[in-house]
Amino acid sequence: MGKQAAGRGWRSAAAAAWVVVAVACSATVHWHLRRETMDRAEERLVSMCEERARMLQEQFGVTVNHVHALAILISTFHFEKRPSAIDQDTFAKYTARTSFERPLLNGVAYAQRIFHHEREMFERQQGWIMNTMKREAAPPQDEYAPVIFSQDTVSYLARIDMMSGEEDRENILRARATGKAVLTNPFRLLGSNHLGVVLTFAVYRPGLAVDASVEQHVEATAGYLGGAFDVESLVENLLSKLAGNQDIVVNVYDVTNASEPMVMYGPQSPDGKIPLLHVSTLDFGDPFRRHEMRCRYRQKPPLPWSAITNPLGAFVIWMLVGYIICAAWSRYDKVSEDCRKMEELKTQAEAADVAKSQFLATVSHEIRTPMNGVLGMLDMLLGTDLTMTQKDFAQTAQMCGRALITLINDVLDRAKIEAGKLELEAVPFDLRSLMDDVISLFSSKSREKCIELAVFVCDHVPKVVIGDPWRYRQILTNLVGNAVKFTERGHVFVRVCLSDNSKLEANKVLNGTMNGKDGKVDTVANGAFNTLSGFQAADERNSWEYFKLLLSDKDPLDDLECENFNQNDSDCMTLMISIEDTGVGIPLHAQDRVFTPFMQADSSTSRNYGGTGIGLSISKCLAELMGGQISFTSRPFVGSTFTFSAVVKCACKDTSSDPKRSLSEALPTVFKGMKAILVDGRPVRGAVTRYHLNRLGIIVQVVNNLSMGFQTFSGQKGATGSREKLSMIFIESDIWRPETDIQLLNLLHELKNNGQVHELPKLVLLVTSEADKDRYGSTFDIVMCKPIRASTIASCLQQLLKVEMPERKENQNKLSFLRSLLIGKNILIVDDNKVNLRVAAAALKKYGAKVHCVESGKDAISLLQQPHCFDACFMDVQMPEMDGFEATRQIRQMEMKANEERMNMLTSAERSTFVEFHLPVLAMTADVIQATYEECIKSGMDGYVSKPFDEEQLYQAVSRLVVGTTESAV
Amino acid sequence: MAAAALREQLNALLSSMFSQGLVDEQFQQLQMLQDEGGTPGFVAEVVTLFSDDAERIIAEIATLLEQPIVNFDKVDAFVHQLKGSSASVGAQKVKFTCMQFRQFCQEKSRDGCLMALAVVRNDFYDLRNKFQTMLQLEQQIQAYDPKQQ
Repeated sequence: MGKQAAGRGWRSAAAAAWVVVAVACSATVHWHLRRETMDRAEERLVSMCEERARMLQEQFGVTVNHVHALAILISTFHFEKRPSAIDQDTFAKYTARTSFERPLLNGVAYAQRIFHHEREMFERQQGWIMNTMKREAAPPQDEYAPVIFSQDTVSYLARIDMMSGEEDRENILRARATGKAVLTNPFRLLGSNHLGVVLTFAVYRPGLAVDASVEQHVEATAGYLGGAFDVESLVENLLSKLAGNQDIVVNVYDVTNASEPMVMYGPQSPDGKIPLLHVSTLDFGDPFRRHEMRCRYRQKPPLPWSAITNPLGAFVIWMLVGYIICAAWSRYDKVSEDCRKMEELKTQAEAADVAKSQFLATVSHEIRTPMNGVLGMLDMLLGTDLTMTQKDFAQTAQMCGRALITLINDVLDRAKIEAGKLELEAVPFDLRSLMDDVISLFSSKSREKCIELAVFVCDHVPKVVIGDPWRYRQILTNLVGNAVKFTERGHVFVRVCLSDNSKLEANKVLNGTMNGKDGKVDTVANGAFNTLSGFQAADERNSWEYFKLLLSDKDPLDDLECENFNQNDSDCMTLMISIEDTGVGIPLHAQDRVFTPFMQADSSTSRNYGGTGIGLSISKCLAELMGGQISFTSRPFVGSTFTFSAVVKCACKDTSSDPKRSLSEALPTVFKGMKAILVDGRPVRGAVTRYHLNRLGIIVQVVNNLSMGFQTFSGQKGATGSREKLSMIFIESDIWRPETDIQLLNLLHELKNNGQVHELPKLVLLVTSEADKDRYGSTFDIVMCKPIRASTIASCLQQLLKVEMPERKENQNKLSFLRSLLIGKNILIVDDNKVNLRVAAAALKKYGAKVHCVESGKDAISLLQQPHCFDACFMDVQMPEMDGFEATRQIRQMEMKANEERMNMLTSAERSTFVEFHLPVLAMTADVIQATYEECIKSGMDGYVSKPFDEEQLYQAVSRLVVGTTESAV
Repeated sequence: MAAAALREQLNALLSSMFSQGLVDEQFQQLQMLQDEGGTPGFVAEVVTLFSDDAERIIAEIATLLEQPIVNFDKVDAFVHQLKGSSASVGAQKVKFTCMQFRQFCQEKSRDGCLMALAVVRNDFYDLRNKFQTMLQLEQQIQAYDPKQQ
C-alpha cells in the first residue's frame, strides 16, 4: 500500500507540474503574441508618425519656398520698379490667386521697413498712421514695420506696425539677420484665435551679396514678408487627408526650449499613460527653432483575439491531453489492481477447493475412525449372548454402520482423487476370481429379484494381470450394484475382453449394420432377443450374433493356461469391461450428468432406489486414473450398458508364481477332464456357463434342448473309463419342460436299470431364484442357484460326486482354526517388557500353545541354536541391546548355516525331500506403519502382529504363515 | 451374602474404571484370559508386574529429567516401555498420557516432559490405588468363597 500511496503522490505532483507547464506555455504564447502585436502597432505608429511629419514638413517647406518667392517678387517689383509695380490691390489679388501654393498659410502680409525719420514722410505718402497691435497709434521708435500689403484673409493686419508685437519684432530681427524664414513661438492668432506661428521673411534690397554678413543683411533689409501659420487648422486639414487618422493622436511641439515644450497642435496633456509614443523631428527651415511631432494611439492598441484564444485553446488541449493520460493511467491502474485482486481471489478459490477436499478427506477419516470403533463394538456385541430381538437390532445397527462406512469411504476416495492423493497399486491378481467375487456379492439380490447375473471373461485375457484389484473391485461393485439395483427383470451381464477384440467386434457390428441388418438384434423364433436372458438390451454387442465372435475356436482347455498367451507388442493391454443390464435405463435428459457427483438421474431415483449418486463419479475418476475411460449406452425402459476400459499389465510368470501375493483362490483341479452336457437354448448364457465349467477343466458340449442332450448321451454309451464318460448334465431351468422332459428322464433311469449304463450322469438344474430350488429339488440331483461361478460349481459338484477335496479351513471358525493351528506348538516370545511378555503368553496359551518367554534378543538366539523345538517366534521390535530386527537377522543366518551343513550331509536322493529350516518369526509392534512392515520383511521376518494381540490380526498373520508353509510344502 | 456384596462392590469399581477410561477392553481381555485360561491370579500377577515396572520406570524418568543435560532419547525409550506395558495391561489413560509424553520427548521440551511426568505419575497412582483396591476385593471374595478358584 505504501508503494501505491507513493505512486499516487508522485502522480499528483506530475499532474500539478503538468498544469504549471500548461499555464506557463500558455502565458508565454500569450505574451509572445501580445509583444508581437505591440511591435506591429509601434511599427505602424512609427510609420504613420513619420509620414505625417514628412508631409507636414514638406508642405511647410513648399509654403516657405513660396513665401520666399513672394519675397523675391516684392523685392523685384516693389523696390526695383519706380514707381512700384505693386500696390495693395495687386498684392491682394496675386496672393489670393496663388494661395493654393501656400496651403499652410492663412494669409501673407508685407511690412515695409521704416526708420523713425522716414515715418512722417511715409505716413503722409500712404495717407494713414501706423497702428500698434493694439490698434493704437504707434509710439515713436527707431524703426517701424507697418504692413502695407496684405492678403484679403489677413486684411486686419493692414497699417499695423509689426514691430509693435513682441513676438513679431523678435521674429523680424531674426529674419533680417539670418536671411531665412523664421518662426515665432506658437501663440493665439489675432483673427482666428487659433494656435499658430508667424513666419517672417526678410525682403532685401537687390544687390545683396550671397556671402553678406549679418550687418550687411540688416543694412539691406527693405521690408518683411510674413504669414501666419494657423497650425492647428492646417495640421488638422493635413491629417484628415491621411489614413488612420482616427487611431492616433498627433501633437506638434515647439521644443526650442527643451525643458518647456510648447504645444503647437493637439491636446495639451495626454490623458493617462500611453505606452506607445513616437517622436519625429520636424524641420521647418528655421535653424533657431526646433519642432517635433509626437504621435500616440488614441486608444491602447486592442489585443488581438488570437492572443487570448490561441493560448487558451492550447491550454485546453494540453489539459485534455493530460486528462486523457491521467484517465488512461488510472484505468490501467484500476485494471491491474482488479487483475491482481482477481488473481488473489483465484488463488483463494483454488486454496479453498484444495481445503475443501482436504477437509472432506480429514472429516471422512475422522468419522471413519470412531465408526470403526462402533462397528467393532457391534461385532463384539453380536458375539455375546443376545436375545433374538437384541441380535436383530444389533445386526441392523451394524448394517447401517457398514453402509455409512461405505459412503464415507466413497467420499474419502472422491476427495482423495480430487486432491490427487490416490495412488494405484500394481499387484498381480486373478481377474477371473475377482469377477466371481464381485458377482457373488450381488448373488442374493439377483436371486431375490429373479434376474440372471453372469460374468464372462474372454479367453484372450490373461489369467493373472497386474493392476489395482481393490480399485477394479470398487468400480465393478459400483457398476454391477447399479445394474442390479435398477433391473427388475432380465439380466445383468458382465463381460471382460481385450479392447482389440472389442474393436474387431465393433467393426463387425458396423459391417452388420451396413449389410442391411439395420443394427437390430436378431430375434429368435419365440420373439425373445438373443441376449443372456432373452430381454432386449441397449447395446447389441452382447447378443449372440456378436458375442460368438469373441469365443475362440481353439480348445478352451489350452486357453485356460493364459500365461502362455503372448502379447505381441508390449506388456500393457487395455481391458474392456462392459456391464449390461435390462433395467429401467437412464432418461435421455439425465444422460449427460450421470457422472456428476451427487447427481442422480432424477430426484425420484434416490427415493425409489436409494444411493447417493457418488459411485459413478468415483468410478469415472478411477477408470481415468487407470488410463481408461468409462462410457455408457442407455435406452430408457430397455436397459443400459456401461463400458469401461482400463490399462493393465500382463503379469510375468515370476510374479504370478509368488504365492504370498497371489490373490487368486486356487480352483480345485479334480474335475479336470470330466465331460458334461449343457442344455441351454440361449447361446450367450450357454457360453457363460461353459466358460465357468471350462475353468474347472470340465469339457462341455452345449445342446439346444433336452432330447438332443440325451441323444448325445446315448452316443457316448460305449465310452469307457470314468474320465471320458459323461458325468454331468446341466439343464437351464427355462428349458426344462416338466411335462415332456420328465419322460426323457425316466428313459434315462430305465437305461440304468437295464444295465446299459453303469452310472447315470448327474443332473444339475440351473435356476435363478431360491424359490425354484425347492420346487425342483426332488427331480434333480442338485439345483444350483445362479449366478454361477467356478468355485460354487466346484463345491456343488464335490458334494454331488463325493470327490475328495483338499481341506478348506477358511470355512471353520477362526478361533477354532487358530486353536487348531497353535495347539501343542512351541512358541517363543521375546520381549523386554515383562508385562507385555506375560500378557502375550497368556493370549497365546489361550489357543493351546506352549509358550516360552525370554526377555532379550540374545536369550532368544541362544535358545534358538539348532536344533531347537520351537515352531514359531514372536519377537518384539524395540528392545535394548539387540532389537527384534537384529535378532531375526542372526536367527536367519544361523538357519542358513545349519541348512547348508545338513544339505551337505544329505545324499542327493534325500535332497529332493529336504525341508529347510525356517522358523516363522512374527514381529510384535505397536506402530503398524508401512515402513515398519517393510523393515520387518527386510530383516527376514514373516509378518507382524500389533500389541496387544488382536484376534483378527493374529488370525491373519498366523494363517498367512500356514498358507505359506503348506504351499511351500506342496 | 457378604461375598455377593463384595462382588457387587468389585463390579462397581470395575465399571467405574471402565467408564472413567482408566482401563480399556484389553483389561477385559486379560480378565477373560484369566477366566477362560483357568489361570487364577493371572490378572493379579500382571497388575503387580505392571505396577512395579511402572513405578521403576517413573522413578528412572524422574532421575533422568533432573539431570542438567537431559538425555531425551533415553527418556523416550523409558516412556515407550511404559506405554507398551500399559497397553498390554489395558491401562488406557496411562497409555494416552505416555503418547503425549513421547511427543514432548521428540520436541525435547523439558518443561513439557516434567509436566507430562507429573500427569503420568498422577494417573498411574490413581490407577494403582484402584488396582490395589480391586485385588483386595478379589482376595476377600476368594476368602469368603474358597470354591471359587
